[in-house]
Amino acid sequence: MDGAAVTQTSEHAHLVAEAAVVRFAGDSGDGMQLTGGRFTLATALAGNDLATFPDFPAEIRAPIGTTFGVSAFQINFGGRKIKTVGDQLDVLVAMNPAALKVNLDDLKAGGLIIADNGTFNDKNLRKAGYEENPLENGSLANFKLLSVDMSKMTLEAVKEFGVTNKEGLRTKNMWALGLIYWMYDRERAETIAWLQQKFAKREDIASANVAALNAGHAFGETIEQQSEIRPVHVPPAPIDAGLYRAVTGTQAVAWGLTAGAMLANQRMVFCSYPITPASALLHTLAELRHYNVETFQAEDEIAAVCAALGASYAGSIGVTSSSGPGVALKTEALGLGISTELPLVVVNSQRGGPSTGLPTKTEQSDLFQSVWGRNGDAPLCVLATRSPSDCFETAVEAVRIAIKFMTPVILLTDGFLANASEPWQIPDLTKMEPFPTQFATDPEGFEPFSRNPDTLARPWAKPGTPGLEHRIGGIEKQDGSGHISYDPQNHHKMTMLRAEKIQRIAGDVPEQAVDLGTTTGKLAVVGWGSTYGPISRAVTVARAEGLDVSHIHLRHIWPLPRNLKDLLSGYEQILVPEMNTGQLVKLLRAEYLLPAEGLNKISGQPFKVAELDAAIRARLS
Amino acid sequence: MTNQTVPEKLQPKDFASDQEVRWCPGCGDYAILKAVHKTLAEIGATVEGTVFVSGIGCAARFPYYMSTYGFHTIHGRAAAVATGVKLANPDLDIWVVGGDGDSLSIGGNHLMHALRRNIDMNYLLFNNEIYGLTKGQYSPTSRIGTKSPSTPTGSIDTPVNAAAFALGCGARFVARSGDIMQAHLVQTLTKAHGHKGMSFVEIMQNCIVYNDNVFGHFMEKKVQKDAQILLEHGQPLRFGADGQKGLVLDPKTLSLKVATVGEDATEDDILVHDETNAVLAGLLARMEPPHFPVAMGVLYNNPAAQTYDQEMKTQMAAATSESQGKLEDLLTRGHTWTVS
Ligand SMILES: Cc1ncc(C[n+]2csc(CCOP(=O)(O)OP(=O)(O)O)c2C)c(N)n1
Ligand code: SF4
Ligand SMILES: [Mg+2]
Repeated sequence: MDGAAVTQTSEHAHLVAEAAVVRFAGDSGDGMQLTGGRFTLATALAGNDLATFPDFPAEIRAPIGTTFGVSAFQINFGGRKIKTVGDQLDVLVAMNPAALKVNLDDLKAGGLIIADNGTFNDKNLRKAGYEENPLENGSLANFKLLSVDMSKMTLEAVKEFGVTNKEGLRTKNMWALGLIYWMYDRERAETIAWLQQKFAKREDIASANVAALNAGHAFGETIEQQSEIRPVHVPPAPIDAGLYRAVTGTQAVAWGLTAGAMLANQRMVFCSYPITPASALLHTLAELRHYNVETFQAEDEIAAVCAALGASYAGSIGVTSSSGPGVALKTEALGLGISTELPLVVVNSQRGGPSTGLPTKTEQSDLFQSVWGRNGDAPLCVLATRSPSDCFETAVEAVRIAIKFMTPVILLTDGFLANASEPWQIPDLTKMEPFPTQFATDPEGFEPFSRNPDTLARPWAKPGTPGLEHRIGGIEKQDGSGHISYDPQNHHKMTMLRAEKIQRIAGDVPEQAVDLGTTTGKLAVVGWGSTYGPISRAVTVARAEGLDVSHIHLRHIWPLPRNLKDLLSGYEQILVPEMNTGQLVKLLRAEYLLPAEGLNKISGQPFKVAELDAAIRARLS
Repeated sequence: MTNQTVPEKLQPKDFASDQEVRWCPGCGDYAILKAVHKTLAEIGATVEGTVFVSGIGCAARFPYYMSTYGFHTIHGRAAAVATGVKLANPDLDIWVVGGDGDSLSIGGNHLMHALRRNIDMNYLLFNNEIYGLTKGQYSPTSRIGTKSPSTPTGSIDTPVNAAAFALGCGARFVARSGDIMQAHLVQTLTKAHGHKGMSFVEIMQNCIVYNDNVFGHFMEKKVQKDAQILLEHGQPLRFGADGQKGLVLDPKTLSLKVATVGEDATEDDILVHDETNAVLAGLLARMEPPHFPVAMGVLYNNPAAQTYDQEMKTQMAAATSESQGKLEDLLTRGHTWTVS
């Protein structure tokens, strides 16, 4: 569905496609991520919209040639808005038998396989679990096959530069890239300049890589004469003018948190403990010291959240991050943050659960954990990001709300968002409203648990401020004075105040908008998090065919947007697709008594557009 | 000429909060509270620059009784919270208070890491060898055979030696004192505060309700002189009612021995305390009655060249001064392209 088929043939032997999906797959050492990254940039420069996803092997150093050592990079690009990485592949580049074996299922019927037959020897075939060579036994008849000895042709091309055999073979990925550049008519200049810079100290290696790239490209020109394989023209997409870059969700969260802290005129103290897929955020932020970001690798997730909370108490914005199992460990300290009403941001890069679950696979099954998963009546704010570029704005928003409402905020992303990348229009920072922190300084009438009449937030009085000395803790406290209190009425009042404060966040954020479609109608598809891309694409396609379906996507999971009940009441049916057994859908039903219905997928993989398309049609026919 | 008023040095009572103290009458915690008030006055602390962080337990109620800043956190996690406080503001003077359960059971991991990181703060472990707040279960410092509601037939697990644990974690300042040793306690706390880096002080504290007199065999007045050795840096390791007993090293077994001057040792045989000697500190920490006196005072004081928080502060200052990053630079780092 996404990554549409070739739509027409032009006069010249060029085919034209609205969009295309390509996956580069090979051994971990074959440089597939790098290849994909260069193709992404060339494609962005050619004016296409795009989305990419890397698929790293779960093992750190899997043996060469094995199926579990396969590393892949997928890109969907097109002449229209691209919202997913594509359901099915148009082209699969397989650098060895294992790469073919693992990825073939995703290739659409009639799709093109480009395989390096130089690697399809007995040993590699056996490692991949093939009894016979699939390139030769007719088993790939449903596909187009371009079987070339890339290894040999690459070595031939780099011969003159005097590099070793091993070094020569390492440029094979550039040969493959050259061929794909020919196929999609991409400029090579940027890649050549990049290679020359990257290998500035090894001129021979630089030259070999460039030669391999050019040889792959030249090979394309020769096969055009001899086979049915044709270059495909993917026209540029209508893209808003501006300055762009590629971002992954992880980068955008890191920069958004940093931006948020800057807008708050704060130092960020980021405390974390490594866990897949959240570690990359720690790594990214650890490099941002000069943006006033202090990072601390704690001894465990409990220490990480506690240190972040300690930092917030001391007057910095404390941030911690983890994934499901690690967030579970932070639970008790989150309660302390709620009780002491301190700002704190917790980023949860969700992964498959329960327990260790599927560390490298994506899921969105921590919504209940975020909204309800604590002892006591312990409300906090929960936000969810929808796409790599949306991560920036949502992270800024998390910092803003945490400080303004003196509350922990959970920011939900997931394993898919963390690694996926897309072009991002770099925002005009001068248009972002600063929200400088107002610390309490006046001892006159100071009470640690007095409240701002609008937000109900308590004052933030940091240690070191003369005259504001006070004690806080997790024991119930007297409204106002903050002294320990076991008074029954006071506990009731404080519980309600804490809940009301969180509800007031809904008054501080925009009303829920309809992302695609109309504000009333037959069917609303309501999503949250990384299902945004596939839902949006499916609804776009359905609406283009005249189906009465709209897409609503939530950033604010708790509190829910203030107009959401009224909005949802305007549709005859509500469908809530989620990568869990139905968490948002239960929340909506419980809060609104509306007959929302779930669509659930728990395979560790994002929804395919086709799956959503079928679900929409089933409800509207 | 300005009329500058020199801030008056605060008195011990200035460090007391207006909250009613709720420990059991006769609890050793009262005496420790008093000693801390006195210490803060003596070192010239300010109320606004001082923060008390604690976990959960009877001991951990401590911050509420101080007029300084205070954070009563969750069971076992005080060291981790305090680490964050110090990271955010290294200028604050931080004291962490925890019981033996809080510090060595649920919080053992955080204590270990705070000690090895050498965060510049003071950790006071109130050891009463029992879980006071939860009504008297045995704790990780309870001796074998301790009868408690959860061990009616006597505990069977080997206790942890708090000072030896701290030394094992890489602590650079380890001391011991007791609730009823007012002057000694104030002196010890003052030294702990003077140490640059994390200081660890184990304070023997009597829980009059659930573990009364558990330290009587070395804390009571009548046995004190023979059952304790008061450590003084540079002074011979002598003790006993008449001061004739002392510690000597048996070179064959690399262990300490109690000897009596004039009987089985000369004055020269008696070891001299060197608080910078980690090996000696380890030997002293492990001495236990009845064969040995309990070592009280500063067992080890050997500041490291740097503390974690200072090192971090230096790195942050270097990073932010050389190029205080602008957000726009951050977002345009790496490859960008323009769509027109
Ligand atoms: C997570 C958690 N588990 C258990 C408890 C119950 N609890 C409170 S204090 C305590 C032990 C107290 O013993 P200690 O730390 O020695 O302090 P003391 O009361 O003796 O001063 C326990 C088990 C708790 N508050 N939180
Ligand atoms: S239970 Fe023991 S430690 Fe707790 S306050 Fe009472 S006497 Fe003190
Ligand atoms: Mg205790």
